[in-house]
Amino acid sequence: MKYLHLVVSNLLRKKTRTALTAGSFAVALFLFGILAAVDGAFKQGVDVAGVDRLVVLNRVSIIQPLPLAYRDRLARIPGVTKVTFANWFGGVYQDERNFFPQFAIDRESYREMYPEFVVPDDQWQAFLGDKEGAIVGEALLERFKWKLGDRIPIKGAIFPGSWEFNIRGVYRGRRPQDDTTQFWFRWDYFDERKTFTKGVVGWYVIRIANPDDAVRLVKVIDEQFANSPTETKTDTEKAFAASFVKQMGNIQLLIMSVGSVVFFTLLLVTGNTMAIAVRERTRELAVLKAVGFRDGFVLALVIVETMTVAAVGGGLGLGLAKLFTLRGDPTGGLLPFFYVSPQSIASGFGLALAVGLAAGILPALAASRLRVVDALRRI
Amino acid sequence: MVSIDGRGDGKSLIRARGLGKTYRRGGEEIHVLQGLNLDVDAGDFVAFMGPSGSGKTTLLNLLGGLDVPSAGSVTVAGDEITRMSGAKLTAWRARHVGFVFQMYNLIPVLTAFQNVELPLLLTGLSKAERHRHVETALAVVGLTDRMRHYPRQLSGGQEQRVGIARAIVADPTFLLCDEPTGDLDRKSADEVLDLLDRLVRDHGKTALMVTHDPLAAARARTVLHLEKGVLVESVAAGNAR
Ligand SMILES: Nc1ncnc2c1ncn2[C@@H]1O[C@H](COP(=O)(O)OP(=O)(O)O)[C@@H](O)[C@H]1O
Ligand SMILES: [Mg+2]
Repeated sequence: MKYLHLVVSNLLRKKTRTALTAGSFAVALFLFGILAAVDGAFKQGVDVAGVDRLVVLNRVSIIQPLPLAYRDRLARIPGVTKVTFANWFGGVYQDERNFFPQFAIDRESYREMYPEFVVPDDQWQAFLGDKEGAIVGEALLERFKWKLGDRIPIKGAIFPGSWEFNIRGVYRGRRPQDDTTQFWFRWDYFDERKTFTKGVVGWYVIRIANPDDAVRLVKVIDEQFANSPTETKTDTEKAFAASFVKQMGNIQLLIMSVGSVVFFTLLLVTGNTMAIAVRERTRELAVLKAVGFRDGFVLALVIVETMTVAAVGGGLGLGLAKLFTLRGDPTGGLLPFFYVSPQSIASGFGLALAVGLAAGILPALAASRLRVVDALRRI
Repeated sequence: MVSIDGRGDGKSLIRARGLGKTYRRGGEEIHVLQGLNLDVDAGDFVAFMGPSGSGKTTLLNLLGGLDVPSAGSVTVAGDEITRMSGAKLTAWRARHVGFVFQMYNLIPVLTAFQNVELPLLLTGLSKAERHRHVETALAVVGLTDRMRHYPRQLSGGQEQRVGIARAIVADPTFLLCDEPTGDLDRKSADEVLDLLDRLVRDHGKTALMVTHDPLAAARARTVLHLEKGVLVESVAAGNAR
């Protein structure tokens, strides 16, 4: 601690240079924070997937339905503790750009299947009591400034007609990364009103008693319906979500490449700046050594200086990224959530320190290897 | 007592025997010091003179443990420093040597106080103790009122006095001054020389000083000349007091 003023004085020696270097870190780490939030939004489904839930789809394709009769047959399989189902609606609210996912859900079982989504009891009761009732996620409510009781018109795209729903409840997520952009309405009303293919559902979600049993159950279920007119394809919720992320693979690659280039540039710029800073101070560093400071001390001094800049700049950038995401999703709700997690902040900070260390190490080694007599001779 | 004949009386504080330093430049060998002997007793004030390039700085660097000789040995207060390893030598320097440079070599971003405090950071002294020592050293050089000033806010003479305060603050065994007045006007140079004089006479310090200036050399008790790699007595040996 008694050496702190050495570090601080040296950093304040060229304020503009220090500010610019810290600024580079801030920009890079701000970008890192935002990219991490976007990346997290894509991966969110995988992270939040329940380990004890399986998704049962039509083997032919995700958009082909399954018979409602499968519900009881699934429920009877040993190891299955709960079954629910839902349908994709794909309607348009006012304008196509206002996209958000709409699901027709089974009012009897859906809520218990997803304990991470919390709906107040009175609101759930109101939903059960209104055939045209709907439950919306709080992010979605916020996005369109809706209120409880609002009547929401949605134009059917797959299921034609003009549909109207009354907002009877709002769900929130237990975790910050839970997706609260969904719109739920009652499957029984949906099935009653639609004019074709009644008595089918989009997919089933089942809960299993033991997550370790998932692989076996996936097989059991698909065998159960093998060689029937409607075969199934079952997967864990995680694998299901991951298969979506894979389709986003290009975006992730893009994020990774941009991030790598930015950090590599940051490394070169900072390393160069520190090398110049050390060269300018050759004489002073030699004097420190003459006075009796060890080579290792000089090494540490230069590294601590670089890492201080990295920590201050990086911390600032991450802080700004956090503030930015607190203001909400810049796409206006397209992303299921927009959130810089504490883990992202920790790894961003670690990355900044690592770049600081890597950038400082060569100049620091040069400083520590400096021979006093040669350095003092140089004018 | 100072002697250069390599016999010494065994009580000397600083003893150099057969000291040699050879530099290699290109394919050529430059023998700067060749079998130099020197004995300096505690409390002495010695001036080294000699033409530029004669090896004065080289000699001080060897005596101060900043460089290692090609031949011979240096012993200070019984420790043969020419046998010490790098880290040990660094620690030895911190305890025993106070350096004063021609270019002052203060750290520009530190105040006079902080510059003088530097050597004390290497000791186990508490903050309060360090404070006391720094104030004492600055009082000795007469700059107590410039404690919070940065080097650029000081005159050359004042900078050099801060440099001397830094050299003495940790109470080293001896001072090595390489042309301490080389960059100063007459008046400032005299002030610095008065100060060194006082440190030797009143504070019992041992000082070795390289200088080009005959008036500066005249302040020392002994003046030695570096010629062809060895030391010789001053022709004007009468200057020695
Ligand atoms: N690192 C070095 N490499 C080669 N030659 C050197 C080196 N250091 C000093 N010399 C040479 O050694 C001689 C003595 O130098 P120096 O001790 O600085 O002399 P002085 O201080 O008396 O002017 C000079 O000729 C100088 O060029
Ligand atoms: Mg010299």
